[in-house]
Amino acid sequence: MSVNNHSSEEHEELSVGKIWKVFFILLVLTVIEFIIALWVKPAGYFGNHALLIGNTIYITLTLIKAYYIVAYFMHLKYEKFGFQLALTVSFIFIIYFIVLMLIEGEFLNLHMVG
Amino acid sequence: MDSITQLDKVKSTPWSGGRSPWSLEYGKIMMWFFLISDAFTFSSLLVYYGAQRFSKDTWPYPDHVFQSIPGIADSGYPLVFVGIMTFILIMSSLTMVLAVNAGHRGKKKEVIWWMVATIIGGFVFLGCQALEWSHLFHQGFNWGQIPADLNAFFLGEPSTIAAQQFANLFFTITGFHGFHVFTGVVINIIVLIMVINGTFERRGHYLMVEKVGLYWHFVDLVWVFVFTFFYLV
Repeated sequence: MSVNNHSSEEHEELSVGKIWKVFFILLVLTVIEFIIALWVKPAGYFGNHALLIGNTIYITLTLIKAYYIVAYFMHLKYEKFGFQLALTVSFIFIIYFIVLMLIEGEFLNLHMVG
Repeated sequence: MDSITQLDKVKSTPWSGGRSPWSLEYGKIMMWFFLISDAFTFSSLLVYYGAQRFSKDTWPYPDHVFQSIPGIADSGYPLVFVGIMTFILIMSSLTMVLAVNAGHRGKKKEVIWWMVATIIGGFVFLGCQALEWSHLFHQGFNWGQIPADLNAFFLGEPSTIAAQQFANLFFTITGFHGFHVFTGVVINIIVLIMVINGTFERRGHYLMVEKVGLYWHFVDLVWVFVFTFFYLV
């Protein structure tokens, strides 16, 4: 088998130190989310647009966390570009679906009772 | 001179055959593709949840619905218990990636202990999930069932349709995620037994640990999104 010896040769990039670093980044981002939810938002620091600003920050932090999990813990950052492309391009459909359904939800909100 | 023409030359580019063009093992590629399909399933559930929320004028306020710490306080502590659950899942993701790392170095003992830690983390998370569910059952939420008095869960005028959609989607999505955690724990246990038996030591690599690791991190990834959209937003 041609791939038998691959595991020993190409995984040196992700050291134990790097793993702990990524873990602490994930932890800190989660703690920031809690600080916003428990303290910053209830105290009214976001003013009139608390919902919009809060949700934008939450979703941004979530996407950053997702990037760190996929790139480092799931090791995708160190795979070949072709493979990264094969996995990520299909998410265009998910983004399209999100936009599509949220517009539909908004439409129902305006035109349906309840 | 030119006995070999340009066409006869043996190609050695990644895609000319004879080896994996992505230098990845087949099973690992298939695990990734399975996870992509699973990502689509979870996305469709979460997108439907989003569409429902957008279509309603009001929605149960998360800080009012989830504010208990089972066994300690019945109300008044929003986000604390789910914070513990999130921390447990991130921790178990860390121990899993450390198990994979130990596997690369061929350290059987380390792989065993990190995998045991991961399995414990998985069980603790499932236990927390069960407590969270039973608390919501006691409040009167279930599939197709909502509490008679909804005033405590809404900021303004309550909506029975919104409350029902919330209950159905919460139990369906966290249930589907919990089912993934459960299967992840089961697969982890199977792989752990194989590690203890020395199967991978004889095989010369711990690729199976990597594959179950991918699955485990994906479950953690889904929780990141479920947490954001049910508890924070």
